[in-house]
Amino acid sequence: MLTIKDLHASINGKEILKGLNLQVNAGEVHAIMGPNGSGKSTLSAVLVGNPAFEVTRGEITFKGEPLTECSPEERSCRGIFLSFQYPVEIPGVSMVNFMRTAVNEHRKRKGETPLTAGEFLKMMREKQSVVELDKNLVNRSVNEGFSGGEKKRNEIFQMAMLEPELAILDETDSGLDIDALRIVANGVNHLKRPGNATIVITHYQRLLDYIRPDVVHVLYNGRIVKTGGPELALELESKGYDWLTKESTCSNT
Amino acid sequence: MQIETEKQIMSDETNNLLNELTNKDYAYGFVTDIKTDFIPKGLNEEIVRLISAKKDEPEWLLDFRLKAYRYWLTLRMPEWAHLDIPSINYQDIIYYASPKTKETSRHPDEVDPELLKTFDKLGIPLHEQKMLSGMAIDAVMDSVSVKTTYKENLAEKGIIFCSFSEAVHDHPDLVKKYLGSVVSYRDNFFAALNSAVFSDGSFVFIPKGVRCPMDLSTYFRINARNTGQFERTLIVAEEDAYVSYLEGCTAPMRDENQLHAAIVEIVVLDRAEVKYSTVQNWYPGDKNGKGGIYNFVTKRGICKGESSKISWTQVETGSAVTWKYPSCILAGDNSIGEFYSVAVTNHFQQADTGTKMIHIGKNTRSRIVSKGISAGKSQNSYRGLVRINKGAENARNHSQCDSLLLSNTCGAHTFPYMDVQNETAIVEHEATTSKISEDQLFYCNQRGIPTEEAVGLIVNGYAKEVLNKLPMEFAVEAQKLLSVSLEGSVG
Repeated sequence: MLTIKDLHASINGKEILKGLNLQVNAGEVHAIMGPNGSGKSTLSAVLVGNPAFEVTRGEITFKGEPLTECSPEERSCRGIFLSFQYPVEIPGVSMVNFMRTAVNEHRKRKGETPLTAGEFLKMMREKQSVVELDKNLVNRSVNEGFSGGEKKRNEIFQMAMLEPELAILDETDSGLDIDALRIVANGVNHLKRPGNATIVITHYQRLLDYIRPDVVHVLYNGRIVKTGGPELALELESKGYDWLTKESTCSNT
Repeated sequence: MQIETEKQIMSDETNNLLNELTNKDYAYGFVTDIKTDFIPKGLNEEIVRLISAKKDEPEWLLDFRLKAYRYWLTLRMPEWAHLDIPSINYQDIIYYASPKTKETSRHPDEVDPELLKTFDKLGIPLHEQKMLSGMAIDAVMDSVSVKTTYKENLAEKGIIFCSFSEAVHDHPDLVKKYLGSVVSYRDNFFAALNSAVFSDGSFVFIPKGVRCPMDLSTYFRINARNTGQFERTLIVAEEDAYVSYLEGCTAPMRDENQLHAAIVEIVVLDRAEVKYSTVQNWYPGDKNGKGGIYNFVTKRGICKGESSKISWTQVETGSAVTWKYPSCILAGDNSIGEFYSVAVTNHFQQADTGTKMIHIGKNTRSRIVSKGISAGKSQNSYRGLVRINKGAENARNHSQCDSLLLSNTCGAHTFPYMDVQNETAIVEHEATTSKISEDQLFYCNQRGIPTEEAVGLIVNGYAKEVLNKLPMEFAVEAQKLLSVSLEGSVG
């Protein structure tokens, strides 16, 4: 589904990703772990086409089509969703209005007619329950005055609404208490389909107790330095990253 | 909560329309090819007499014009506004232009098909069969009223809705009584100019105890080249009367600037209410600041009676330069004045707009909500005065002035003046300035919403509080306008 080959990307002239390779197949859950500054968030930003980052080399293909030339909104409509680490507030724009515009943009790209008000409301009620999102929140402005946990739940709610084929969760567990974490993880699991894939970016094993990964990667210094099964995450939890980073530094030199 | 959501969605239906329009330029820039009767260009006493004669006016009105003209000669154009206006040659303007109707149309209700077509194109159908339901319209092109719809139906209720020129002939006593009673010809430079050369506009009279059953609306269209438009509107609501009045304006795209200097006067008696809504979309000039309308307008209402109310709502997207302060004199005890404004400036547009709330009566209340949106290299200023006179016991005012910036090269300014002479008064002023951030736009993009549409969404969300005050049809129009005006302003 997603193939990344020799990806180099930089921000303000500073290279962050330095030849990253990754293959994600439909139905898989991949966890990407790694210490601060290793390039985890850069990877997610580059995948969704954040204009602050520049791809200098390499290629990304999604469902067999190249992705790097696509606008962020095209990527969204082609089925890539990012759950932001820090969801931004948009005062004055109601969640209802925002989501309806987004859903109808997606439908338009697929050549479908826009949803009627009734259809949209029905859909929204169903999806809200997935993440136990308070009814009142959707009547408020996008993320405005939401608590940290509410913002993350709102991200998963939007994911439920847009039904992406590839969902990228960027440190969705940060700032969540254990209850919120369970709700968010349940939401993600609930939305899992055989044709879909998920990339979970996280510091900690904690989230992976709830969202079981098929593959675990360690990202360090802009490259994936180790790939393994779920047991790799546990190993990292007990041993930390040091042993890997040393190994990687040695192999580099 | 469900109803809330439904309502929100209904009003959001219009959001799809935003899309269609975001890539359009000024849509009303066409010129109607029609024979026009011009008077010679320039301004002097002869011209004033000529305009009055064209309109077959009574002696007293000519006197009024001449007094205004002579007073105007003693004035200089005001320079206190935060505006950079090239000097205007008042001798280079044609002060009266009337589209010539075909000789054959003897019947007064018969309108030249060319004019009907023009207003059709502007979305203002004037044919009997196609007239908008629930809204009576007075259509004004250049210096004359072309047609007023539903006049007879309204007359049955005692409501007078006609062109100003007709009112002078058919209801001279009313016009004489109220003309200049709120905005004196001595008020300011442009008020004096208008009082000297004013052409057509609308006259509205709602008698005692009558609620006007439909919205009344005037559509102003500038068509002729080198002319100014100087319309005059007078609205009188007697005791317990109510009317909602709307005005819309457009003009052709031209490289030279054109002057528009109007006066609106509103008189409201005991317990009566007038809602006045404007969607101003005069040609704003091109991307490089060439051309556009100079919009210098004096609008003022007086709450003469107790518990009366005047509410101004304006959406200002057009004009190269806007100088406009719709105001309320709250003379009656317990009277209420409101001002809701969205002013958008893009490219090289300049706006200096706001309101004056003059509290005279006891327990008078006023509310000001001003939302400025600036983009490109434009300058957008809010200027407002809240005055609480000595006798205005327990007066209340709340002002909220927000500015939204869409570029690094535009300017937003706020000039609030407060003059409080009664210690029981409570006057509050809140102000915010914000900018649409890259992060907000990217967040929208990531959800599939293209940037242009995201800007429309954010701007409309920002202006929602004011747009909600507009009648439905106008709100839809205004939403579209906001997005179109800001097309190409980000990125």
